[in-house]
Amino acid sequence: MVTLNEEQTMLRDMARDWAANEAPVSAFRALRDRKAVAGFDRSTFEEMAQMGWTGVIAPESYGGSEFGVLGLGLVLEETGRTLTASPLLSSGLVAVSALMLGGSDAQKERWLPGLASGETIGTLAVDEGPRHDPAKIEAKAEKRGDGFVLSGTKAYVPEGDSADLFIVAARTGEGIGLFLVPGNAEGVSRSARSMVDSRSHAFVQFEGVSLPSDALLGEEDGAALLDKILDRARIGTAAEMLGLCSQAFDMTLDYLKTREQFGEILSRFQALQHRMAHLFTQIELMRSTVEAALVAVDQDRADLPVMASLAKAVANETTHLMSRELIQLHGGIGMTDDYDAGFYLKRARILENAYGNASFHRERFARLSGY
Amino acid sequence: MSASEKAETDPLEAFRDEVRAFLAENFDPSLVGKDNVMSSVEGDDEMSPEAARWKTAMGERGWGTPTWPREYGGGGLSRAEAKVLNQEMMRAKAWNPIGGMGVMMLGPTLLEFASEEQKQRHIPPICRGEIRWCQGYSEPGAGSDLASLKCKAEDKGDHYLVNGQKTWTSGGQWADWCFALVRTSTHHKHEGISFLLLDMKTLGVEVRPIRLISGASPFCETFFTDVKVPKENLVGQEGQGWTIGKRLLEHERTNLSGGSRLAGFMGPSVADLAKRYIGTDEEGRIADPDLRTRIIRHDMEARSFMLTAQRVMENAKTGGPTTISSILKNVGTKVQQERAELILEIMGMNGLGWDGEGFAEDELSATRSWLWGKATSIYGGTAEIQNNVIAKRILGMLDHQ
Ligand SMILES: Cc1cc2nc3c(=O)[nH]c(=O)nc-3n(C[C@H](O)[C@H](O)[C@H](O)COP(=O)(O)OP(=O)(O)OC[C@H]3O[C@@H](n4cnc5c(N)ncnc54)[C@H](O)[C@@H]3O)c2cc1C
Repeated sequence: MVTLNEEQTMLRDMARDWAANEAPVSAFRALRDRKAVAGFDRSTFEEMAQMGWTGVIAPESYGGSEFGVLGLGLVLEETGRTLTASPLLSSGLVAVSALMLGGSDAQKERWLPGLASGETIGTLAVDEGPRHDPAKIEAKAEKRGDGFVLSGTKAYVPEGDSADLFIVAARTGEGIGLFLVPGNAEGVSRSARSMVDSRSHAFVQFEGVSLPSDALLGEEDGAALLDKILDRARIGTAAEMLGLCSQAFDMTLDYLKTREQFGEILSRFQALQHRMAHLFTQIELMRSTVEAALVAVDQDRADLPVMASLAKAVANETTHLMSRELIQLHGGIGMTDDYDAGFYLKRARILENAYGNASFHRERFARLSGY
Repeated sequence: MSASEKAETDPLEAFRDEVRAFLAENFDPSLVGKDNVMSSVEGDDEMSPEAARWKTAMGERGWGTPTWPREYGGGGLSRAEAKVLNQEMMRAKAWNPIGGMGVMMLGPTLLEFASEEQKQRHIPPICRGEIRWCQGYSEPGAGSDLASLKCKAEDKGDHYLVNGQKTWTSGGQWADWCFALVRTSTHHKHEGISFLLLDMKTLGVEVRPIRLISGASPFCETFFTDVKVPKENLVGQEGQGWTIGKRLLEHERTNLSGGSRLAGFMGPSVADLAKRYIGTDEEGRIADPDLRTRIIRHDMEARSFMLTAQRVMENAKTGGPTTISSILKNVGTKVQQERAELILEIMGMNGLGWDGEGFAEDELSATRSWLWGKATSIYGGTAEIQNNVIAKRILGMLDHQ
């Protein structure tokens, strides 16, 4: 574990207690049963915002607390444990990062206070197909007069059903640019998708959306900026996965320590002991990569992209393994909808796909490492 | 030599002609691909008139259970004839409409252990696909350690009085009958178990469906409260249930390894799906080299599995070693689960839809079968229990105590 300062420790403990008491898995189950289109509960998200979590990384001058990405990663991990459904990652990490990294003063002034306070929900809209691939962007932003006209479709946009702000990647004459598009702009339409994790992953259509020139975030050739934002999204997702894995592991260990067969508790069988020892090892390795990546963001290190791909690739593999073992080691009970294990399996595969699957990140890691 | 001359000289060829004529008459081409492999666990869809006619025709001939004796409604075919039947059915893309636990598990067990009356009564309806059976083995406290089961059957003279609970009873809500392991004595763990046939409509039988992570509810908790079971429904001797029940599990495991099912996969290959979703490079290779490597491994493992399944079958015929059959269930389920995971990965987010708009039907069904498929390494003896069997019984690696 990285050494946390006092404030970070407090933040983590607070998040852990809150998630366990106020947003346990039973809350997610209720949300799932309700089939809420937004994919999260407003009042729960308001509570999170009131605790300042939506503004953890935002500058103080815009209402944030400038605690850094490691701090937010701790919250994402703890809420990941209980599968707390909220736009914290998409909005509080990804959208806030986008504005901090690429925004002009005016743009920050316009959007950051709302994002930091949780009143505004922002999200990044990049992918257009079922797999993460920022090289395959076809949405277009054409210059018209002073501004741009945006057209295209974005697939599986997280929190796309409720977002007030879309940060949309689109082709400009110069390359890939990023555009700040209010959710209520004319020409924006969304359609919900019902997915295994019962969260929001909307299809969003932009049909000739007129944007003023100051909707452009950064340069018209903004691929480098996009990559930086994506790396933060990847690392944040890996932090959520760390929480998911840790909880899946704990559930499994608890179960093996209580379930009896053949007159023994299951945890006494060596075959199972070794399986758990292996999972423990993999999760510890994962923790090292995730924490190092979070720290790399806060230190703005040059190897941040490599660390992001390392963390996400390792997180994907470990989460894949852990979610399978979670079901297998529970036996029949793990296959039932009444038990929570299935929720973890389902969310695991969504997160594995988000912002790049393991092969995407292995490939990227190799390229960045020069081989 | 013309076909008819050949048929005159070779009885197998005559049989082949007979099968072809039968298929032409009874298997309507509209039925191709309409086999619902999950129907035995997910309940009935309404059967079309063509499907109903096909089932009746197969049932009358006993060809759904081709090698079972004719006197009990089976096909009475020799192995060679059964093979011809199988070949011709494959050629016509015809599927076997007679299935379920009666065929896979109970029938062969009854043939071996049941009394003449029991065989006469219970096997013919299985051959005709008329009676659905469910398996009452597992209990909340008795899963892998099945012999610790508690559901008790008290001797009341002419009948047993059954009290207790079973769980994970696949198809329990649709079943007509149940074959159950019950405790007739608490003095001995294994020798206190008996094998009973139980009419699910008897007073005191209650089922509560359990929902699976895939959304389906193919199994139940089953409760028995003062259920009267006539003594004539005891199979074998009282206390012989463990031996009989284990033999039945062997049939279950051979079937569950899915050799035949894998071989008959009609869907596109994983590689074809990958080409479709991900595309190819200029040499025709799947564009994602990392995924491609894993697909290759999967394909090779699937091939090795099929070759092993074949080797097991050939050995069985020639009396060669049978111990290799013990690896089939684990390998078969692993190959199936890996296939499901690869398909999901290939489809990306399209493979993670739950229902509704935006997903193709084959995408939604890939998701559901991925989830459902996690059960295959749990039921019929978990992967870990299979490995224990291999290590202890076959390799002689006994506990150190
Ligand atoms: C979809 C489905 C359908 C089913 N259908 C039926 C049915 O129709 N009828 C019926 O009777 N039952 C049915 N079952 C029950 C099934 O047979 C049991 O779930 C299975 O035997 C495992 O028992 P359990 O669930 O109690 O798990 P447990 O026995 O509690 O096992 C939990 C975990 O511990 C492991 N474990 C247990 N003992 C050992 C050991 N000694 N060494 C190493 N590892 C060990 C197991 O492998 C597993 O990973 C079904 C189950 C499922 C999931």
